[in-house]
Amino acid sequence: MNGRAVMRLAAAARATLAAFLLAAFAFVLIGPLANLALWSVAERWYTPYKLPVSYGTRYWEQVFRPTGDAMASLGTSVWIAVLTVIVALALSIPAGYALARLKLPVRAFFMILFLLPQAFPSVAIYINVARIFYQLGINGTVFAVVLVHAAHGLVYSVWIAAAAFGAVDRDLELAARNIGASPLKTFFSVTLPLAAPGIIASGIFVFLESLDEFTGTFFVGVPQVTTLPLLLYNAAMGGNYQVASITALILLVPSVLFMLFIERFLRADVLAKVGA
Amino acid sequence: MSLSQRQLALLLIAPGLALVAALFLYPLFFSLVSAFTGPDGGFSLQSFGKAWELYSGDVVFTVVIVLASCFFTGLAAIVIAGTLTLGENRWIVGTLKALYRWPLFIPFIVAAQCMRTFLAKNGLMNNSFVSLGLIEPLQAVSFLDWRGIIATFVWKQTPFVALLLAGALAAIDRATLEAGRNLGASRIRVLIELALPQVMPTLLVALVLSFVTMLSVLSVPMMVAGSQPTMLTVDMAFRINAYGDYATANALGVITYLISAGAAIIYLRRGMAQEGAR
Repeated sequence: MNGRAVMRLAAAARATLAAFLLAAFAFVLIGPLANLALWSVAERWYTPYKLPVSYGTRYWEQVFRPTGDAMASLGTSVWIAVLTVIVALALSIPAGYALARLKLPVRAFFMILFLLPQAFPSVAIYINVARIFYQLGINGTVFAVVLVHAAHGLVYSVWIAAAAFGAVDRDLELAARNIGASPLKTFFSVTLPLAAPGIIASGIFVFLESLDEFTGTFFVGVPQVTTLPLLLYNAAMGGNYQVASITALILLVPSVLFMLFIERFLRADVLAKVGA
Repeated sequence: MSLSQRQLALLLIAPGLALVAALFLYPLFFSLVSAFTGPDGGFSLQSFGKAWELYSGDVVFTVVIVLASCFFTGLAAIVIAGTLTLGENRWIVGTLKALYRWPLFIPFIVAAQCMRTFLAKNGLMNNSFVSLGLIEPLQAVSFLDWRGIIATFVWKQTPFVALLLAGALAAIDRATLEAGRNLGASRIRVLIELALPQVMPTLLVALVLSFVTMLSVLSVPMMVAGSQPTMLTVDMAFRINAYGDYATANALGVITYLISAGAAIIYLRRGMAQEGAR
C-alpha cells in the first residue's frame, strides 16, 4: 500500500467517525421529540412493544374538543400571555426610553434591578408571592398570574426596549425637533416607529415566556387557573401520556417557530446593544 | 410645572421598578424574615436546623446535579461551538448548525415530558438500543433518576451555551487560529490552547446563568425523577403544599440563594483576577 492510499483510508475513516458522531447527536437531539410525537398518536402502547400497538387520533380529538379541558387551558394561557405582554410593554416602553435616552442616575443599578427576578432561584420567591397574594385574596386569579409573569418577563422587555431605543439614530429625532415637532410628537412619530421591530420582538419574547411559565403559575394560579403547562403537568402525573404529549406539542410549536425566526425579529444592531 | 430630565426619567422608570419591588424585593425580604424567625417570633436559626436535619442529603444532591449538568453542558457546548468554528467538512458543519439550536426555546416542562418517555425503561432510547442489538432487552434500565435530571438539563441548556460560545468564537481574530493551524497544531489543540482561553468569560457567563436556571427549575426534578433523593425546589414545594411549613421552606430558599451566590462569586472573582492581570 502506498502513502496516498493510506491517507485516503485515514480520511475515509475520519469522515465515517464524524458521520457516526453526528448521527448519535441527531438521535439524542431528535429522539426525545420523536418519542413525544409517537405518544401523541399512540392509542395503545405497552411493553414489550417497541412501537405503539395501534395508532389513531382519538386523543387529539379529545384534546381539541371545544368543550375539553385543553381548549379551555389554551384559552386561559393565551389570554394570560396577551395581558402579560400588555402590562410588560406598558411598563417597559417608558422605562426602556428612560434607560436609553435620558440622563438617569445609577443607571447600571436599575438595569441590574430588572435582571434580579431572573437571576435568583425563583421557587423561594414564588412561595412568598403566593403567601402575600393569599393574604390579599387574589391568589388563584388571572390577575395574580399576569402580575407574576410580567415581573418575570420584564427583564427581556426592558432590556430589549432600551436596546431598541438606543439603536435609533439621534439625528432623525433632532431633524424632527428642528422642523418644529414637540418632544412628544417626535417620540410618537419618529422614535417609537423606528424602535418598533425590537419592541415587537420583546413582546413576542414575553408572550412565549408567559405561555411556557410553569413554576409561578404552579404556586400562584392553583387551583382555579389552569394554563397549558399546568394541564401538561397534571396529565403527565396522572399517567395520561397521550394528553400530556399533545399538550407538550402545542407548547412546542411557538417555541420552535420563534427559534427559527428570531434573527428576523431582532436585528444584529439591536441585539448587540441588549444589556449594554 | 416643568420637569427636569432626571425627574422625567425617574418618573418613566418608576412603574416598572414598582412591579419588581412588589413582586421580587418584598417577597425576598419576606422569605429572609420568615427563614430567620423562630416560633416565638424572635431571631432564630431553628428553621435552618430543621431544614438541614431533613434535607442535608438533598442539598448535596442538588449541588452535585447542577454542577455535573453545568460541566456536561459546557463540554457539549465546547464541542458544538468548536466544530462550528473550526470544522472543515461543510456538510457536517451545516447539519450541526441546523440541528443544535432546536431545544433553545423549548420549555423545561416540555423537555421533562420528552425525557420522561424517552429515558424510561421501555422508552424510545432503550427500544432503539435493543433493536440495534446494542443491549439485551433484559439489560434495559430506567434512567429516570439523577441521570435523567442531568440529561434533561444538558439537553435543554446546551444550545443556549453553544449559541453564546459560537458567537464569541466567531468574533475572535481568525489570524491566530490560522497561524496555529499552519504551524501544524491539530484543530483540537487550536481550540483548547488558542481559541478557548479567549472566550472563557463568555463561557463562564453562560454557565453561571445556566447554573441559576437549573437551580430554579421545579418541573424537571418533579417529572423526571422519583421522590427521593430530589432537588431543593421540590422539597420547598412539598413543605408548602403538604405542611404549610413556610419557615423550613424559606430556610431551604435561603440555602438556594447561598448556592447561587457561590456561583456568582466564583464568576466575579475570576473577572476581578483578570482585571488585575491586565
